[in-house]
Amino acid sequence: MGEMEQLRKEAESLKDEITAARKAVQDATLQDTVSGTVVVSRVQLKTRKTLRGHLAKIYAMHWSTDSKLCVSASQDGKLIVWDSYTTNKVNAIPLKSSWVMTCSYAPSGNMVACGGLDNMCSIYNLKAKDGNVKVMRELAAHTGYLSCCRFLSDAEIITSSGDCTCVLWDIETGTQKTVFAGHTGDCMSLAVPLDFKTFISGACDFTAKLWDIREGQCRQTFSGHESDINAIAFFPNGNAVITGSDDATCKLYDLRADQELITYQDSSIMCGVTSIAPSLSGRLILAGYDDFNCNIWDSLKAERVGVLAGHDNRVSCIGVTADGMACCTGSWDSFLKIWN
Amino acid sequence: MTINTLTPAGVQREQMPCLTKMERVIVSMQDPDMGIKMRNQRLLITVIPHAMTGRDIVDWLIQKYSITEEEALHTGNFLVKYGYIYPLKEPRNLCLKQDETPYRFQTPYYWISTRWPASELDYAIYLARKNIRKQGELIEYEKECYNALHKRINHTWDFVVMQAREQLRASKQRRKSDRIVLECQEQAFWLINRPPPGVMDILEEGPERRNGANTRVQLNVEFYKKEIEHNRKSLGRNRIKSSICLESFVKYCEQYQDHDPIMQGCLPSNPWITDDIMYWNMNAEMVPMPTKLRVERWTFSFMELLNDPLGKKELLTYLEKEFSAENLLFWQACEEVRHGEASKIAEKVDEVYKQFLAPGASRWVNIDSKTMEKTLQGIKHPHRFVMDDAQMHIYFLMKKDSYPRYLKSELYKNLLARAVVPQETKKSVFPFMRRQRHSSPSPALVTQTAEDNGKAQPNTGKTNTGTAAQI
Repeated sequence: MGEMEQLRKEAESLKDEITAARKAVQDATLQDTVSGTVVVSRVQLKTRKTLRGHLAKIYAMHWSTDSKLCVSASQDGKLIVWDSYTTNKVNAIPLKSSWVMTCSYAPSGNMVACGGLDNMCSIYNLKAKDGNVKVMRELAAHTGYLSCCRFLSDAEIITSSGDCTCVLWDIETGTQKTVFAGHTGDCMSLAVPLDFKTFISGACDFTAKLWDIREGQCRQTFSGHESDINAIAFFPNGNAVITGSDDATCKLYDLRADQELITYQDSSIMCGVTSIAPSLSGRLILAGYDDFNCNIWDSLKAERVGVLAGHDNRVSCIGVTADGMACCTGSWDSFLKIWN
Repeated sequence: MTINTLTPAGVQREQMPCLTKMERVIVSMQDPDMGIKMRNQRLLITVIPHAMTGRDIVDWLIQKYSITEEEALHTGNFLVKYGYIYPLKEPRNLCLKQDETPYRFQTPYYWISTRWPASELDYAIYLARKNIRKQGELIEYEKECYNALHKRINHTWDFVVMQAREQLRASKQRRKSDRIVLECQEQAFWLINRPPPGVMDILEEGPERRNGANTRVQLNVEFYKKEIEHNRKSLGRNRIKSSICLESFVKYCEQYQDHDPIMQGCLPSNPWITDDIMYWNMNAEMVPMPTKLRVERWTFSFMELLNDPLGKKELLTYLEKEFSAENLLFWQACEEVRHGEASKIAEKVDEVYKQFLAPGASRWVNIDSKTMEKTLQGIKHPHRFVMDDAQMHIYFLMKKDSYPRYLKSELYKNLLARAVVPQETKKSVFPFMRRQRHSSPSPALVTQTAEDNGKAQPNTGKTNTGTAAQI
């Protein structure tokens, strides 16, 4: 195994050099930079609506781009599309497999997708001519559970899976276009920026990777977490990535500085982060935790400025509307709450 | 976590890992010391030995694995549904009831893992035996299966009938209780392997799924070579100073602060709070007069202008006056190629070429010769990203030139001046009509009460209650 040892050592030494290069551009601390920033007063968000209807744990939710409709997936085997403002259920879609772990709303509003332990991503057409919501495509090729999926358009979708890969699919033909391999642990979540040219994935190998969609290559890798990364999102300006992990911290990684710049942690928080979402300006970061609460962080000062306490079980998913008006939390207590 | 189905060789090893787990549970259930205490059950006038009640099973599971009743019931149900335990009273109802209903362990001879796949021949013999023993004992679907089998394996039908008769004769020589037991076991076996219509087939594989065991990431030579290449590329990248990056975040947050409704509220009012949807009406995609905030946002970046359909429309109007509208239209067309259906790509690329790139085209765009040449080459084999370079070129052209001039133009300034600043909606006059709200408590208070209460009673979750209301 002489060759492999050599290669491993070489990879390690390159990693050390990269760490040194990253340190070299660290010329300012967060405290200094934000010392002049106005402090955010304590943020008090109240529950405005509660969406009741699921009969089991809610695992995922996703807002539509119109900021009123949202879709939620629960292990009672249903995908429900809600008009969150009136709390009406627009569609209640029964699923073939009840073990659903993720759901997504297409930017056009025409489709929703979901997947889970069935290793498949099922795409449903909401705007079928006869009015019935039917399965449009079943994208099957993953050899592990589907942890997250996000539409790029009505024609393409990206999925992340427990088989350590992310895949770009062509929905029309139901085939894999690109396989993004490189993680050495289950991919748990992914996020797509506004320009749809790249995407980021967080995995159980404690790293987050930025991928180029066109080239199918990993452009950047971010490490620093000490446990599985469960949630990942883009900072609204598109230049940074925020991650939430089982090590009870959230981190902000800057794409241009190629490193972690800010960590959001508190000694009183000892449970993992399940979900994360930034507010429209990015000043607030909302993160859902295993201890049934959501914490609101001031992203610049790295301090907690609020709590969303109202669920009776783990908060499994969180999402902020595109217009920044409200945030929605979904929990294992089978309720979705809209906060504002 | 996944249930392995077909191996690459196509050999059926269906759901084996789950089955072996269940079998371990079953074996420990039958342990003479630590297992479930068996008793004799009366079935009509016959006594069946070695049976247990549903309650016994649930209690044993709770005790052995330290789980809740709900989980024990759930697990026990699996054991029944997969045929390791079968009910004596209502054999067709394969579920675990947590009462005095009697159950029995299935003999390992009839476990799914040992007798998979159940052969057609065996089923035919079973049905034939049932048919011979008592005419009309076969129920509807069994009759259909019987007839279908009769057609399918007609060539061995004599053998089937002969076997059936032999088995019937042999069974007559057994004690009645043994006979009943054997019949129950066999019946349970066939209920699982040939379920009646409408009943869930637990052996169903679902769509073909590949085995994950062989595709795990291997830390081998290949992997490290790729790592090294990736690291080398990464080392060579240009890194921007952290001070600059942090500054940019501060600026961004400041710039968008007024546009962040969660932080600053919004005018006229937040629809979620006041039940007044005027905000959404005023900010709909296409309104005759946009709000000031919205128009101001177009100055933040070129993408902000392009992402707003109204902004795009305004820009187009401006460009038309400047006779450079083709740039925006070209950019738009490229977006459609990039994000549209794969089957229409060739057609769209062709359209784009005719309209924007061909010599003498009606809307010819001015791209530098190098990019033009590359694009024209690429068009011969069109794909989703073939227009990328040209699109980028035009995008930057607009960003550097048209965009700043638009922001300085009379058109924009007029719009900004006329833009609406909505009036704040008057607060509701009758306070008792406001819905009950439960505010989120201060973080300090949450930790305090958590310490004080220790093991506080969990909420039933029926109402909108927060954790601490005593502030």
